[in-house]
Amino acid sequence: MKLLVDLFFTFFKIGAFTFGGGYAMLPLIQDAVIYKHGWLTQQEFLEVIAIAEMTPGPIAVNTATFVGYRTAGLLGSTFATLGVVLPSFLIILVIARFFGGLTDLPWAKGFFTGVKPAVIGLIGFALWRLGSAALIDYRSILIFLGALFMLIKWRLHPIPVIFLSALCGLLLA
Amino acid sequence: MKKQTTLFDLFFTFFRIGAFTIGGGYAMVPLIQKEVIEHRQWLDTEEFTTLLAIAEMTPGPIAVNTATFVGYWTSGVRGAVAATLGVVLPSFFIILSIAIFLPWITRYPVAERIFYGVRPAVVALIGYAIYNLGRKVLTNSFAVWVALGVFLVQLLLKIPPIPALLLAAGAGILYSRPLEHKRKPED
Repeated sequence: MKLLVDLFFTFFKIGAFTFGGGYAMLPLIQDAVIYKHGWLTQQEFLEVIAIAEMTPGPIAVNTATFVGYRTAGLLGSTFATLGVVLPSFLIILVIARFFGGLTDLPWAKGFFTGVKPAVIGLIGFALWRLGSAALIDYRSILIFLGALFMLIKWRLHPIPVIFLSALCGLLLA
Repeated sequence: MKKQTTLFDLFFTFFRIGAFTIGGGYAMVPLIQKEVIEHRQWLDTEEFTTLLAIAEMTPGPIAVNTATFVGYWTSGVRGAVAATLGVVLPSFFIILSIAIFLPWITRYPVAERIFYGVRPAVVALIGYAIYNLGRKVLTNSFAVWVALGVFLVQLLLKIPPIPALLLAAGAGILYSRPLEHKRKPED
């Protein structure tokens, strides 16, 4: 029971502080799930991101479901997923009653002037830590550079990039 | 533009959106646009644009934000619950089945070789996300200093992400205050 409550509140906090969606929540998940609770290793976290990227739905929901199941089975995945969804559900419900009002608040503008670049710093640090777990030899660095090249220069979609890198892993490892 | 709608409609429209938006984030915006604006006419384009701005400013996945909003807008709290459940359930079931079968797959040595290639690719994906965000957000020296500062306080002072985020928000509020009197030309 304590584990379920832990899962719920950990993902509730993640859901409440991830502005912008997508990769913005990776740093918070990494901090809570890997460093604070030890529910996943860095390697497993990278695998979950790859799976989340290849399957439909928001990455935050995918990760919550996966971590919840891994730590406490079906009930765990239900609690973690509910936790990650509820904050935005409640906030949007309140905003929907006063539609439009939020966008002209002056303090909100300042808030996001700070938060938007901060998210880049957060993801940058997550990248720093994950990089040290994934880029372990010259072959993995080669795959990393190749993937980055395909994304930036060829504008390839993430899914073919993941497949091509998996193929490289099969051939090189 | 409100139209008569059932909870069933809401649930299945957002179930479809949840089932077909691979990658998350802005990947689902075009599909929502097609379903919610063109097909169902639950919102018009202007309402949708405001909604996207709100989704960007509030925490949580954009798909969930939009589902909750459209559900409430068309059928109140029950609509919000139906739409949000609809958008979340497909990925919940898909990930659940993957989580169940993954240990069975990773017993084979070939799986480790596949993940050996996939892990650096995910690091590249995150790097690419930073590259894209950076080009959009790091347009003035304040933004660059905040991004750098948040990175460094985590690395050197071991400050966790949420306090770092709140510190940056405070800095942003302080920084923006004097600008309100000057009024920038684009306002």
